[in-house]
Amino acid sequence: MKLLFEKSAVGRGSTILPECDVPEYIFSSELSRQKAVPLPELSENDVSRHYSELERRAYGVNNGFYPLGSCTMKYNPKINEKTAALSGFTDVHPLQPESTVRGALEVLSTAEKLLCEITGMDAMTLQPAAGAHGEFTGMLLIKKYHELRGEGKKRTKVIVPDSAHGTNPATAVMGGMTVVSIPSGEDGCVDLEMLRAAVGEDTAGLMLTNPNTLGIFDKNILEITKIVHEAGGLAYYDGANLNAIMGVVRPGDMGFDCVHLNLHKTFSTPHGGGGPGGGAVGCKAFLSPYLPEPQISPFSGQGPVNEDCPQSVGKVKAFYGNFLVIVRALTYILTLGREGIPDAAKHAVLSANYLKKRLSEKYTMAFGGTCMHEFVMTLERESKERGVSAMDIAKSLLDRGIHPPTMYFPLIVHEALMAEPTETESKETLDEAADLFLAVYDEAMADPEKAHLRPLSAAIRRPDEVEAARNPRLRWKPAEL
Amino acid sequence: MGHYLSITEEQRKEMLEAIGLDSLDGMYAGAPSDLVLKRELDLPSGRSELGVLREMEALASKNRVFPTVFRGAGAYRHYIPAVVSSVSAKETFLTSYTPYQSEISQGILQAIFEYQTMICQLTGMDVSNASVYDGATAAAEALTMCRDRKRAKALVSSCANPEVIKVMRTYCWAANAEMLLIPEKDGLTDKEALRAMLDGSVACVYIAQPNFYGLIEDAPTIGQIAHENGARFIMGVNPIAAALLKTPGECGADIAVGEGQPLGMPLSFGGPYLGFMASTGAMMRKLPGRIVGETSDSEGNRAFVLTLQAREQHIRREKASSNICSNEALCALTAAVYMAVMGPGGIRSAAQQCASKAHYMAKLISDIPGFGLRFSGEFFHEFVTECPVDTGKLMATLEENGILGGLPLPDGGILWCTTEMNTKDEIDALVRLVREGKRV
Repeated sequence: MKLLFEKSAVGRGSTILPECDVPEYIFSSELSRQKAVPLPELSENDVSRHYSELERRAYGVNNGFYPLGSCTMKYNPKINEKTAALSGFTDVHPLQPESTVRGALEVLSTAEKLLCEITGMDAMTLQPAAGAHGEFTGMLLIKKYHELRGEGKKRTKVIVPDSAHGTNPATAVMGGMTVVSIPSGEDGCVDLEMLRAAVGEDTAGLMLTNPNTLGIFDKNILEITKIVHEAGGLAYYDGANLNAIMGVVRPGDMGFDCVHLNLHKTFSTPHGGGGPGGGAVGCKAFLSPYLPEPQISPFSGQGPVNEDCPQSVGKVKAFYGNFLVIVRALTYILTLGREGIPDAAKHAVLSANYLKKRLSEKYTMAFGGTCMHEFVMTLERESKERGVSAMDIAKSLLDRGIHPPTMYFPLIVHEALMAEPTETESKETLDEAADLFLAVYDEAMADPEKAHLRPLSAAIRRPDEVEAARNPRLRWKPAEL
Repeated sequence: MGHYLSITEEQRKEMLEAIGLDSLDGMYAGAPSDLVLKRELDLPSGRSELGVLREMEALASKNRVFPTVFRGAGAYRHYIPAVVSSVSAKETFLTSYTPYQSEISQGILQAIFEYQTMICQLTGMDVSNASVYDGATAAAEALTMCRDRKRAKALVSSCANPEVIKVMRTYCWAANAEMLLIPEKDGLTDKEALRAMLDGSVACVYIAQPNFYGLIEDAPTIGQIAHENGARFIMGVNPIAAALLKTPGECGADIAVGEGQPLGMPLSFGGPYLGFMASTGAMMRKLPGRIVGETSDSEGNRAFVLTLQAREQHIRREKASSNICSNEALCALTAAVYMAVMGPGGIRSAAQQCASKAHYMAKLISDIPGFGLRFSGEFFHEFVTECPVDTGKLMATLEENGILGGLPLPDGGILWCTTEMNTKDEIDALVRLVREGKRV
């Protein structure tokens, strides 16, 4: 398919702006760019059709089943888009006087309050723009806590299980910490002995996802947070998997001190091809003075917006966060309410267990028993015996019109495929998908060579990623340059 | 209650039976029983779509939308062409994930590749990433790109946007890295002070162009001073101004970052916005976040993929250049559509109108006694005037007339902003009100 730049023709364009109604101000050539921005010259029709064609070459939740593990690709309700498009939300300036943005502040304080109840936390900030940004914010709360206790220099180690998302260790380093990775036990959970051996006077905290990335609820969770606390560290909850437990079990009750949520996973806001997201961060009361400024929670006790936060970690983003994402998430929470929130979690877990059961007919599960909202399969044996990899299965699924599970994660499972069906799929969809997963398995085992070539029916065949990294072409350039 | 479930009661029973359980609660047997909530959450009861719509509309109506806006300071009200909103609302763009599965994500990948190209064209830089959270975090990430063991200190112009400075400060504190402010002189970065601050420990120098006061910095000279001392030069640029002013590339910048909101995103009480980041080829592998590259598929067809992933957290874990994962992809797509439909002439016209109107208005306001321009330097579409009356009262008068006035500064001045959205009539009306307000 052609690029926008290859569709450009000199002299083509649109008439978007009126003539200027004041005298033109001319900057000296010393201040001016030498040439006009070499953007493509296109008609509005060109632009509109170009993106319609691009849309056909993409795949979203609205196109079909999307069991991408760890990403919670649930249906994105359309009412969320409608409320986020209300002029009262889209057309307000972030620096308007408080008296003219009471509705926006109420959106923030209501969302904070409801998310506190869902997580069992005492205070919340909505400033972080995504999950990893929330992790960063949470890490800063931990850093500030130790710093103000005079232990900032001493407590610099963050413990992260080897099953964790890559963002966890990367976050710890951004917070000026060093990472202590601990291996998971036989059952995929935290190895208590390893944890006991790892904690000490240098422990700043532990970062943990529960249920973990294997889809298992760690039964020792209370003991885990206790071990960390007794060592003087804090426990950080990575909320990537909250969809399994919301309304059923709360991170705050598990002993966690702070938590981040992914509004774009658990709370149904769309992923937008990679963002924008929302990364709310909650904490217990003793950490709340350190939350980013401005603080809107009732804890400030100084009117709706408190700019005077002397102990705050500072700002992590301009203004108040991804506000329209928060509007969508609030719309969702209000729609589901106290009945719908736990019901969604339970059906997410039901769907996962049902799909797991169906796929167990052929696929080897990394761990048996009841899973939470997701489960991990391993193609290790198939890979050794027949050369059929997780990649081959994933790419074969593309030919069947299904978005594949997450590949090669978590790192501790070889040839992993991690599936998360979510609560918004019907049994019919799960059954059809299961049939296709099983058919793809047989097909690949019967003819591994053909599986290596798949997909055959997508927009492109397998791309040469080595060439892309070795000889980076990261922008279009006109032929003569 | 509202819900988005697709499983019927009958099917629920069948599914439970298939997995050998008799209740949904049985699935949580792995969690310690005293952790499982014995009560309902203290949330309102769920409700219908129409019910929720009414509630959200009631909240939205508690906000005041000003028909006329003369406030910028980091968030700018520009015209958004109709086709921009139409494209960015397309369901597949909205509901797809990060394009890991490139074979079925060529549409998203190509859109980002085109965005990266247009950011390079706008800034005059070699490479761009696929976006970060906003302009402030882009600036903070740029400082991180420049740090190494020997050179860890960042020098940041005190004339940059205070929100951006605050975020940079947080990121530097996080990394245990030093950040110092370069003093201001006549509303501009003090070049002599900068010269005195530079030594072998300085990793980079950051300035905003135009700066917080709307003034145009002597970027080429500042870049030269930084480079002479072995420091990198980072420019935070307004993308609309970049259509007229000397590009970061022409100014010798190593990294150009900025807030992309003016490129087709509504004000939205501060977000979601778009952090853009571009650099020289030499710094390509230091860029954080996703980057899309062109390659070919096994049949030789053009193909796009996420590339240079050895920089990223999911591969490198604690050795990654940043922890960023989700970015602002849909906002990047929005900016690309905006630039595509505006074209070279349209974006130039938008920039030119912003500047022309600001200069028209600055002349009229500064003619009012006591409202003189605070600084004499060249400015783009924002400028600071003094204010001889109570700014709160003046703003209230403007608000009564449907106008969101300039931003009152802590020291009593006012930071005004115009864009192509402000008509001559609006400007004339504002000036009349300010003149009358002065008499009050």
